[in-house]
This record gives sequence, structure tokens and C-alpha cells, in this order.
Amino acid sequence: MEKILDVKDLHVTFSTYGGTVQAVRGVNFHLNKGETLAIVGESGCGKSVTSNAIMRLIPNPPGKIADGKIMFKGKDLTKVSEKKMRSIRGVDISMIFQDPMTALNPTLTIGTQLMEGLRQHQQVSREKAKKRALEMMDLVGIPNPEERLKQYPHQFSGGMRQRIVIAIALICEPELLIADEPTTALDVTIQAQILELFEKIQDITGVSIILITHDLGVVAKIADRIAVMYAGKIVETGTKRDIFYNPEHPYTKGLLKSVPRLDVQGEKLIPIDGTPPDLFSPPKGCPFAPRCPFAMEVCNKMYPDAVELNESHQVNCWLQDERGKKLLAMKATN
Amino acid sequence: MKQKHNPRHIKLQSQVPDEWFRWKERDQNQAEVVSRPSLSYWQDAWKRLVKNKLAMSGLFFLIVLVIMAIIGPIVSPYEVNKTDLPNQYQAPSAEHWFGTDSHGRDVFTRTWYGARISLFVGFMAALIDVTIGIIYGGISGYKGGRTDNIMMRIIEILYGLPYLLVVILLLVVLGPSLTTIIIALTVTGWVGMARIVRGQVLQIKNYEFVLASKSFGTRSSRIIRKNLLPNAMGPIIVQMTLTVPSAIFAEAFLSFIGLGIQAPYASWGVMANDSLGAILSGNWWTLFFPAFFISFTMFAFNVLGDGLQDALDPKLRK
Amino acid sequence: MLRYMLKRLLIMVITLWIIVTLTFVLMVSIPGSPFNSDQTSNEIVQANLERHYNLDKPYHIQYLLYLKSIATLEFGPSIKQPNQTVNDLLGRGFPISFELGIVTIIVAVVSGIILGILAALRHNGIIDYMAMGIAVLGISIPNFILATLLIQQLAVNLEWFPVATWSSPKHMVLPVLALATGPMAIIARLTRSTMLEVLTQDYIKMARAKGLTPWKVIMKHALRNALMPVVTIMGTLLAGILTGTFVIEQIFAIPGMGKYFVESINHRDYPVIMGTTVFYSAFLIIMLFLVDIAYGILDPRIKVNNKEGE
Repeated sequence: MEKILDVKDLHVTFSTYGGTVQAVRGVNFHLNKGETLAIVGESGCGKSVTSNAIMRLIPNPPGKIADGKIMFKGKDLTKVSEKKMRSIRGVDISMIFQDPMTALNPTLTIGTQLMEGLRQHQQVSREKAKKRALEMMDLVGIPNPEERLKQYPHQFSGGMRQRIVIAIALICEPELLIADEPTTALDVTIQAQILELFEKIQDITGVSIILITHDLGVVAKIADRIAVMYAGKIVETGTKRDIFYNPEHPYTKGLLKSVPRLDVQGEKLIPIDGTPPDLFSPPKGCPFAPRCPFAMEVCNKMYPDAVELNESHQVNCWLQDERGKKLLAMKATN
Repeated sequence: MKQKHNPRHIKLQSQVPDEWFRWKERDQNQAEVVSRPSLSYWQDAWKRLVKNKLAMSGLFFLIVLVIMAIIGPIVSPYEVNKTDLPNQYQAPSAEHWFGTDSHGRDVFTRTWYGARISLFVGFMAALIDVTIGIIYGGISGYKGGRTDNIMMRIIEILYGLPYLLVVILLLVVLGPSLTTIIIALTVTGWVGMARIVRGQVLQIKNYEFVLASKSFGTRSSRIIRKNLLPNAMGPIIVQMTLTVPSAIFAEAFLSFIGLGIQAPYASWGVMANDSLGAILSGNWWTLFFPAFFISFTMFAFNVLGDGLQDALDPKLRK
Repeated sequence: MLRYMLKRLLIMVITLWIIVTLTFVLMVSIPGSPFNSDQTSNEIVQANLERHYNLDKPYHIQYLLYLKSIATLEFGPSIKQPNQTVNDLLGRGFPISFELGIVTIIVAVVSGIILGILAALRHNGIIDYMAMGIAVLGISIPNFILATLLIQQLAVNLEWFPVATWSSPKHMVLPVLALATGPMAIIARLTRSTMLEVLTQDYIKMARAKGLTPWKVIMKHALRNALMPVVTIMGTLLAGILTGTFVIEQIFAIPGMGKYFVESINHRDYPVIMGTTVFYSAFLIIMLFLVDIAYGILDPRIKVNNKEGE
């Protein structure tokens, strides 16, 4: 399969008055053409920072991409000029934000906001832009598009606004769509509609999607592959099947146990105790160790390399080491 | 770096010694470590204010000013209104530190005397504004509904009245004096404060702890005193630090157009107005000192107000 | 929108009525009455006063007739200057004051906004600190002090500009500078703080994610939203500039309405004080109304969001 995006050893830091925050600490993942990758994790784990880094929308200062590569169609996005980056934003890579209530400018009409990206990048006439805008409104399922184009954001409901945000993101036919918590701010019934819209759009346009979320329900519905992120690192990646049926990392297991499932009767929800580490001074070992029920001494001392369990499934955990496995086996027999 | 999958024999980073593979002693408290000692709201705000050098220098200047306003006229050997015509327009010297004015009066003494007047006008105006504002805004916000609606309409109309014109009108009729100036300044001045208090009360009213004490049947006046006011105090203090300089400015302005405090008092505005002509003849000090102190006092209050605003804003609390 | 406008209009009319009534009440309550013959030196004046204020009639008739004269824009006679009415003074002085005011507003708004934007875009940079330093000084130094300072330095010492009067563009520089600095500083600070807030909004990130140029993001998306609060304080600023003209015109000997007003205060020429106050108040209140309407046009949310208390 063709890799459309390949992120290698990405580091993002923010300098604040209190010191340097290492928000993303060596993240590796890739995205194949036409697939949906979900990046899952608690708030503050660096998943949004990762997506902003791909768009090069990290506010600088205080933030900066300290190290690593973001290979998009053979180009390293960390190296291209700001001008070149502008021609990529909205055209090749688009982004959808969490809260549709704040993502639209309250003082401009929907039509203006929908068409301005198109008119910025492609020298099209007003009529052509409008025609395209109407097509997009139709695609994302907004009735009376002609009339709606002249309206302002406050005249739309939350779900409708998110549809418009999606239409704006897709109007230049990007190859990669980054959706940062696209359903978090919406009602549950609307969430399902928006997720269906994502599937429909992917079917029609073949766009690749990176979905940033903390909601495993969303992941289960539309993701092909999943990357689990914790404290600025990706601790486990795999296909949906790998992650949901054979999770290996204790954190992934913990996440799955803390989500209610309708298909298992009498199941008990188990929260993960404790809080993520302070990223001002991240631990040099595994960041999950203080909360991990299987923490060994090695976990505090060194971060484990990735282990490839099958061609799609990777995990960073000392329990994969033969010595860790032995210890685990002994515990089970005792 | 990656290791091929082999269920039995993987050694990650093989240099890692075997004895590190032992279960870690679980420290019960470790997961619950509190990252920093919790400070009260005011301690926290104070800490942040101290870090703001500009605001602190403003505060320092104001403290010095208050001290000088109290002791300045006492330590000075000259009387405030003692005219000494042979000694008019003396440049600043060892005898007259700030020089003398057109009537030979000592500018140093008059400046501190003016500080008394200006600070008194400023603080009194702010105090009265706060009192009326808290009562009006508190009732309006707390009662809500129809009461609030009517009270807000009144505020809206008062807000539309041109402040200084009303003050001028009142002073023309009442005749300028210290009391009438303060009255005139506060007649419409409290409106801004009332708005702020109401906004705060509306916001805090719906917090859980207020709802909780309400559900215990606590009396309204007690809820307002014990819950609402302490929480609304931040913006009120900030507004006060901005009311004082605007009252000082208004007083100076009124003096300038002939509605200021009358002799024998000497406010900064009166002094500045008296010495307008002097500046063309080169006797700069008669204008410089009152002008400098008006400006610097306003500056000090402004930077202190800004600093307080930043320090008291809970949004900035990390 | 219509409801919003009607509501504003109603408030405007009530405010005007309060001002007019207040002046009337104050006028009749002045100890010893302002219209005593010992205050006036001239029989013509006395006759003018009697005619205009209908002093022989009971208060409520006086009040109604006063309302009528105000409604027909007759602001009454002067005590001190025979054969002069407030309308004469306004006709002579107001155009000059208006000119001064308009130039001041333009200078203050344009430079304040530019300064505020620059400061926000270079947040915590040297330009930011410099702009905010200028702004704090501008707010702290009263306009009459700045005016004398400017006269002393730029007119007397350096002789770059004329000391006083109002006859050429060169004469305008110092008074406008003295009058505009305060409002400019307020606008700059407000623009900066709202701009900083707007720049963190999602829709700005969204606009950047569309690949728009920084110029377009700022001019089209940020500025308009950042300037809304500036529009709301325009009324207050106008009032400040208007009262500022009183002292500035006096200092620079500009023959505007403000100078006449201050003179009338010094001479206790009550009818002129009252008439001018009513005129100024009406002018300001109408301006305030226009500002409100402008805000309603700028912010599309107002049209449906008529909810009270916001």
C-alpha cells in the first residue's frame, strides 16, 4: 500500500515561563492512502499537538517542531517554506476542529467562508466557486444550500455547523483530512450522523483521514488502524482488530476496560488510577509505569523499543521482553 | 530498532541487565502526588502581582505619595497659601525645592497639599462608587428577573448621559467645593461599578457552592456577604484602581475650566491652571510639578490596575 | 434588527428627556434665580430672557414651553452678551469644534488601531512593549498637560508649529495631537487585547488551515471581530474628545464652541451653559445611538440575539 504520510521521530516542544514542555516526544506512525487512522489518548497526551504539527500550525513562539520528519508525498513538511506550506494547507491537507461553535467566523457568511479557500488556491470565477460550494453543501447534506450560503454561523445548529466545517475542509479535494475530535462537542445522535458522513465522504473522494479522539466508540466505528498515545509517545499501534481484540500494552488494556461495552454482560468498568506525568520533566523510562499494574524496575529506567507483533501490530512495552514475560508467567502461577 | 516477532526469545535493548526485571515496589501515594502546594486565591494573586515589576513600582510610588501627602506639608517650613510677592518665580533651590509660583508661594508645600486634595477626591469618589455600585449591582444581579430588568434599564439610560457634562452642570448650580465635586463625580460615576458587580453576581450566583448554601435556607443577605462578594472582589478592586485616577483626572479637568476647588485649597489641577501663562515666560517649574504628579499618579494607578487585573484573573491561574 | 433599533431609539429619547429636564430643574433651583436683574446688565437681555423662559408663568407652563423651545432647536439667549443667543454662538463655534473633533477622531482611531494590531502581532516583542508604553503614557497624561507640554517644546522652544489659533493645517497639528493621544491610547490597548484574544480562536486556526495568507487571516477574519469592542467604546471616546475640546480650545485659543462654553462657565452665563449642555448632550446621545446602530450592522448576531442583559 502507498504511504501518504510518514511521521518519523517527531518531537514538539513549548517553551513557557515554567520551563519547556515536551508535548510530543518521538512519535512514529504512517498513514496509507485511503485509510482512516485513529490517534487515541487522554487529553493532554499530545495528539492534538501532533495533528497541528502536521499542518505546521504550532504557534511559534512558544511552540516548535524540535526534531523529526513529517514525510507527505515524498516531501518533508518540517523543511518546506511557509509559502509552500500555505499552498499545501487546505489543498492537500485539510483540518477539522473540535468545536463547530467556535470554528466558524461569526461575522462572515457561510458562503464566504466556504468559498475563500477555493478562491485563494484556484483562480476560479465567483460563479464557479459558488457552484462548487453548492455541490459541497449538497455532499455534506445541508438542505436549501442556495439560501443557506447567505446565512451566518449562528443561524445553524451544532451538527449543521460541523457539516459546514467538513465542507470547508473538503472543498479543494484534499488527499489528507485531519479531524481533531470532530464529534466531541456534539450530541450523541448527531455524532453518529457525522461519523456516517465521514464514511460516505471517504467512499466518494477516497480521502485519507487521521482521526484524533479520546472516544473509543468513535474509533470502533470508522477507524481502520489505531495508534494509542500516552504522554507524548505512541505506545501501541495496530489494526482495529489488533487493538480491540489483542491489546498488548497495559495502557491500551486499561483504556478498553474503562469504556462501557454493550456486547459484554455484567462487565465491570475499571478506571485507570492516577494521572499522566508532568511533561515539564517527563520520566526517562516508560511514562505509564507509575500507573501500570505490571510495572517493573526496568520500566522506570529505560523506554522500551518497539516490538512488532505482526506486520500491523507494534507495541512499546518491557513485558514483551522475554525476561518480562517470564516474570508475568510466574505471577500468573503464584 | 524494531525486533521481529518471536514469541519466546526477544531481548529488547539487550544491554539492559536482568536484575532490573523485578516487580517494582508500589508506592501507594505516588499516583496521588500533589504537583504543587495549593495557595489561596489571594496568596496566589499577590504572588503574581509581586512578579509584575511595573505594577509594583506603581504601588511603591503611590505609597510614597500617600506618605508625602501626609507629612509633606508638615515638614515644610512654608505655609500653603502664604504669599511672598518679593520672592515670586524663584527657580528650584535649596530653600524652595520645587521653586515658587506667581505669588511667591512654595511649590513644594503646595504640591503635597495638592496630593492630599487629589487623593482624597480620588479615594472618596471610588469609595462612594463602590458602595452604591455593590448595593445596586448586588441587588440587581441577585434578585434577577423583573427587578433586574428595570434596574438595568435605569443603568442603561444613566450610562447614556454624558458624564462630564452632567458634572459640569451640577457644579455650576451647586457651586464648586470639595464636597460638591465629590458628589458631582459620584452621581453618575457608580454606574460602571454597578454593571461590573451585577455581571459578577450573575455569574457566581449559579455556582454550586452558592446553590448549595441557598438550599440550606441561608438568608439572602448572608449569601451576598459571605459568598458573592468575596468572589466578586477581584473585578471590583480592579475597577476601583481605575476609578481613582479618572476621578483625579476629572477634578484636575474641572479646576482647569474654572470649576475646581476654590482657594484656600490648592489641588494639582488648580496649580496647573494657575501656571499656564508662566510656562511661556520660562518659569517651567510652576507647571512641571503639578503636571508631573497628576500624570505619574494616573500612570501608577493604571499600571497597578493592569497588574491587578492580570493577577486576579482566574483564567490565568495555571 | 428593527426591534433592536427601536429599543435604542426609545432609550435615546428617554436620555434626552432626562438631560433636558435636569437642566430645567437645575436652572430654576439656582439660588436667587439666574435671571435676576442684578445679574444682567442690560434691559434688552432681561427682555430676551423673560420672553424665552416665560418667567412670569408657573413652573409647569415654563417647563412645557422650555421643552418646546428645545424641540425647535432654540437654545435661548445669553445674559452677558446682549443680542447674542446660544444659537449664534453655536453657529460660529460649532463648525470649528466639529472640525477639530473629526480630525482628532480620525487620527486617534487610525493610529490606535494600527498600534494595537502591531502590538498584538508582535506579542511580548519590542514593538509590543513600545506600543503599550506609549499607550500607558497616553492614558496617564491629561490632555491639558500634554497640550502645554507640546506648546512649550514644539512651539516655543523648537518653533516647529504655531503656538495658537486655528487657521491652517499646521495650526491643527498640536491641538489634534494633544486631544487624540488619550483616545488613541485607549483604542490601541483595547485593540491589542481583543486582537490577542481573537487570534487564539478556532476560526483563526481554521482560516490558517485553509492556507490563507497571514494578511488575509488578519484583515478578513481577525480584525473585524477584534474591532467590535472598539466600536462599543466609541461613544465614551466621543464624549471624552468633546469635553477635551473645552480645555484644548482654551489653551490654543481656538474660537470653537468649547472656548465659548468655558467662558460662559467662568462668567456664570447660565442660559448659555444650559443651552450648550443640552446641545452637546443631544449631539452625544445621537452619536451614541448611531454607534449602537453601527454595531448592530457589524455584528450579524445582534439581528436575532435581542436577549436582554448581554
